[in-house]
This record gives sequence, structure tokens and C-alpha cells, in this order.
Amino acid sequence: MIAPRLRRRVGSAIMTTLVVALCLLAVLPLLFILGDLTVKGASSIDWNFFTKSPVPAGQTGGGVANAIVGTGIIVGLACLFGLPIGIGAGVFLAEYGSGRLGWLVRFVADVLNGTPSIVMGIFVWGWFVKPLGHFSALAGGLALAALMIPMVARTTEEMVRLVPHSLREAALALGYPRWRTSLRVVVRTALAGIVTGGLVAVARIAGETAPLLFTALGNLNFSTNILQPMQTLSLQIYVYATGPFDEWHRLAWAAALVLMALVLGLAVLARWATRQRDGTG
Amino acid sequence: MTPPDITVPPASGGASVPQAEARLASLLTTNRGDRVYRVLLTGLALALPLLLVTILLELYTSARPSLARFGWAFLWTSVWDPVAEIYGAAPMIFGTLVSSLLALLIAVPLALGVAIFLTEFAPRPLRRPVAFVIELLAAVPSVVYGFWGLFVLIPFLRQVVVPPLKAVLGWTPFIEGVFYGNSMLAGGIILAIMIVPYIAAVSREVLLAVPSAQREAAVGLGATRWEAVWTAVLPYGRAGVFGAIMLGLGRALGETMAVTMVIGNRHDISLSVLQPGYTMAAALANEFSEATTDLYLSALFEVGLILFVLTVVVNALARLLVWRVARGAAIGSRAL
Repeated sequence: MIAPRLRRRVGSAIMTTLVVALCLLAVLPLLFILGDLTVKGASSIDWNFFTKSPVPAGQTGGGVANAIVGTGIIVGLACLFGLPIGIGAGVFLAEYGSGRLGWLVRFVADVLNGTPSIVMGIFVWGWFVKPLGHFSALAGGLALAALMIPMVARTTEEMVRLVPHSLREAALALGYPRWRTSLRVVVRTALAGIVTGGLVAVARIAGETAPLLFTALGNLNFSTNILQPMQTLSLQIYVYATGPFDEWHRLAWAAALVLMALVLGLAVLARWATRQRDGTG
Repeated sequence: MTPPDITVPPASGGASVPQAEARLASLLTTNRGDRVYRVLLTGLALALPLLLVTILLELYTSARPSLARFGWAFLWTSVWDPVAEIYGAAPMIFGTLVSSLLALLIAVPLALGVAIFLTEFAPRPLRRPVAFVIELLAAVPSVVYGFWGLFVLIPFLRQVVVPPLKAVLGWTPFIEGVFYGNSMLAGGIILAIMIVPYIAAVSREVLLAVPSAQREAAVGLGATRWEAVWTAVLPYGRAGVFGAIMLGLGRALGETMAVTMVIGNRHDISLSVLQPGYTMAAALANEFSEATTDLYLSALFEVGLILFVLTVVVNALARLLVWRVARGAAIGSRAL
């Protein structure tokens, strides 16, 4: 009588310990990556790093000013195209999405969310870069926008759905037409959440490299012309990391630290903004 | 004697309901602003299906010369010779599948451990911070993973992991040959680290959607907490957990930068995980800008088409599975 019960207890205790151990093991890589980046990258970060453009291979010094500005411009372009479409589609899904079209759009958004980003890159190359005849920051922005739209659409839908029905009913009962109710009551109430969804999407596309390889291409010089190739931090890390020079590797660690700070900063900001909403744990 | 038909007739049977609905709808949409608003939003929403179709068409038309030239043999021949203009994608298809399966092998236990710990065992104050750290893992850019893999993980594998692995399992065809660093093993491990947060986040949402009555009933019958999880919670969420795993698989199949940087990029099929391999995404990243002839470019577009169709199918299946448990929820949206 006692033996099987003891065995069950011991078995359960072992499995519980195993689950805890697996969880710890899963968290470990993040700690290592953050640690390595800080140890190897922090020492190379100084004023020049942020204000200078790269120097020719073989020389020491130089910075990633061009890549930092380029990341900002390309992500900005992506937001310009991606946010209106993504948010509009999300509001559609929340307001009119109960029918068959809603199901289709929701399904396609989820499927597109899992599309390899490199495929977006070659798609934009064939559809935009090739007809125009040259690489450009604009093409990079379009590729990132295509990645961003499904993400933003789904988070916007979720946030708009969280708005209590009574608010909408109150506005309709006061004689507001549906569109004004939707824009001025429902969407406005959900605005903080929608902004958060945008931040999460920006955090993800800011670190993307693959879709930019054949669109923005990269540029070792400082450039703000969106019709010309442009550098981003992610492209710079790729080139420096796979290059042969120690000096490049040193700069790559520093650039990776800056990119991580940017991306994780945005993620933390987004989480902080929704801290009250997440009741699930 | 046939039993009476007790199914509810379709909407046409109940004449008054659709009439009322139509009247309501017309009341709600007579306002011109409402109509404009609805049309505008519908237009923006249609951008998504349009995007999917455009991508598919673009990839297909660009891949047509290669499709016409090599036919289905493209999938199982392994010569990739840009000089002779002969292309077969078998090594990269093989590499894509093997690296992803290797990643799943490592990532699934870890991710399920995280999901079960967070929903069932973790003390309440611990849940949110741990979930957040796992989310951050999903926020790390792919290129940073690749860089870290190249300069930290691979030396670690070479010095610490591979020697004992070879000593114990060196006789199997899977752990064979000299380990130079860039390899299927390194690619699989990096991929595993990258997909853990996706599988964990979706599994967690699935397990949270399991009614607590399931747990309570099991514990009420005398089960320990682990037994309740194993016999009542996991079976209930099984479809959703499979969906989560497929979602992770979809990510792994298409992951590009990190894999390109550590997998070795060689057009070879080798059973040994210590040898270099190639994936479809890595081939695109590496060779697309060097493709000098039209046929070469077209062959790469065909690789892109295969990759796209593969991930669309895997993701579609994953969504359908997850939706069965947590209906319509934007699953995984919290995983960035």
C-alpha cells in the first residue's frame, strides 16, 4: 500500500525538479549572450563609435554612425507603410471580422507572421529593386513593412477587442454613428495597447538582417538618401562578424551590444506599457 | 420508419431572422460615414491576402525558367553547379529539414519545461519575470545569435561538448568525422535556442486555456500535481501543444542569418551532425547576390518558392491546431 504511493511521490518530485531544471536551462543562453556582449562590446563603445563612419579595412578606429542613422531611417520607412495598413487591418478584424473575410484575413495574418524574412527580401527584390534597377533604403523599408503588417494587425485586433462593449453601446446610444464610435471611443480607448503592439513590431524588425541583404544592401558611407543603398546595424554586424579582421570583430561586438540595447529596450518599454493588462500571470 | 428530421433548417427556413438582421444591418450602415469607414478598413485588411498572393506569384513567375528546366528532379538531385548551369536542391532541403528537426529535438523538452513550470509549478511572483526573460530571448536579433554562435558557441562545442560526444557515440554514423566548428550541430543548437521562446509562449497560452476543472478533478481523485499535469492538463491541450511545436518548426525552417553564420554552407548531404550542411534560407542569403545568370537566379527563386510553400503549410497547420484549443486567439503574439 505504501510502496506505490511512495513511488508516485518520488516520481512526481523527480519530474517537477526536471521541469524546473529545463526552465533554468532555457533561460541560460540569454544570460550568456548578454554577458558576452557586455564583456566584449562595452570597452569599444566611446564617442567616436557613435559619431564616426567606418574607416577602410585594415585601419583601426571608426564607428557606426551611418548604421545607427540608417537603422532609424529604414525602420521609420517601414512604420510609415506598415503601421497604417497593419492598424487598419487590425481594427477591421476587431470591428467587422466575425464573417468569412475576417477569418481569412486573420488566418493569412497568422500564416504571414511565420513567413521567413529572407523570402520577403527576395520578394521585394524581384518586385521593387529589379524593376527600378538599384538597391535602396526604400526597398528595405518596404520589406520590413511587409514583415510588420501581420504582426501589427493581430496585436491591434487583440487590443481593440479588449475595449468593454458597454463603452461602444453607450456611444451608439448617444446617437454617434458607428464609424465615430469606432474611431473616437473604441480605438482611442485601445490606443495605448495599439502603440505597444507597434513598439513590439518595431523591436522585432529593427534587428532584421535577411530581408535587407538584397534591398537596402548596406553602405559603408554615411547616407541619408532613401533611394540609395543604406547601412543598418544588423547588416554591419553581419559584415564585420563574418569578415577576417580582429578590428572588425571588435566593432561587431560593440555594434551588437548597441543593437541589443535598442531592441531589448523597446521590448521592455512595450512590456512596461502593458503591465496592467496582462492578467494571465 | 425514419426518425423525424430534428436538425435546425438553414437560415432560409426561418424567414423572420434574416429579415430582422438585414433591417438591423441597413439601419447600421445607412450612414454614409459608416459605409466609407467600413470600405476603407476592408481595403486595408485585404492588403494581407493580397500580399500573400503577390509573394506567391512573384516567386512563381521568377522561378518558372528553373521549374521548366529541371522539373520535379530539382527536389531530389544534389548537383549544384553554377558553371555547368545544373541545379538540384536536395542538399539544402535535406539540411533545412535535419537542422530544424535537430532544433526541435533540443527545444521541445526545454520549451515544454518552461510552459509547464510557468503555468503549473512556479510561485506566482516568479511567473511574470521568468515569462518576460523567455520573451526577451525571442527579441534577440538573428544576426546577434549567429555572431554569438560563431565566436562563443562553436569554440565551446569544440572544446567541451564534441570530444566526449565522440568518445561515447563516435561509432554511430551521426557523430562521425572531424569537427571543424561550422556544422549541422552548431546550426541545430542555435536554432533550438531561437525557437524555445516561440514554442514556450504558445504552449503556455494553450496550457492556460485548459479549464482548471481538469486539474481540480485529477487532484480530487488523488493525483499528485505532476500526475494532474501529465494525465489531465497535457492531454487536454495536446492539439495546441502540437500546434506550438509546429509553429516552432515553421520558424526553424525559415531562420536565415544565425544559421548561415554557423552551419558551414556546403552543398553536401552528410548523416553526421558534425559536418557542415546547408539550408534553403542560407543558400538564398549567400548566393542570391552572386547569381550571375538568369537560370541561377531562377533556381534560387525556386528554392525561395519551396521554402515559402513549406512554411505556409506548416504554419497553417499549426494555426488550425492551436485554434482548436484557444479559439481565434492571437497565439504567440506575446512572443514578439
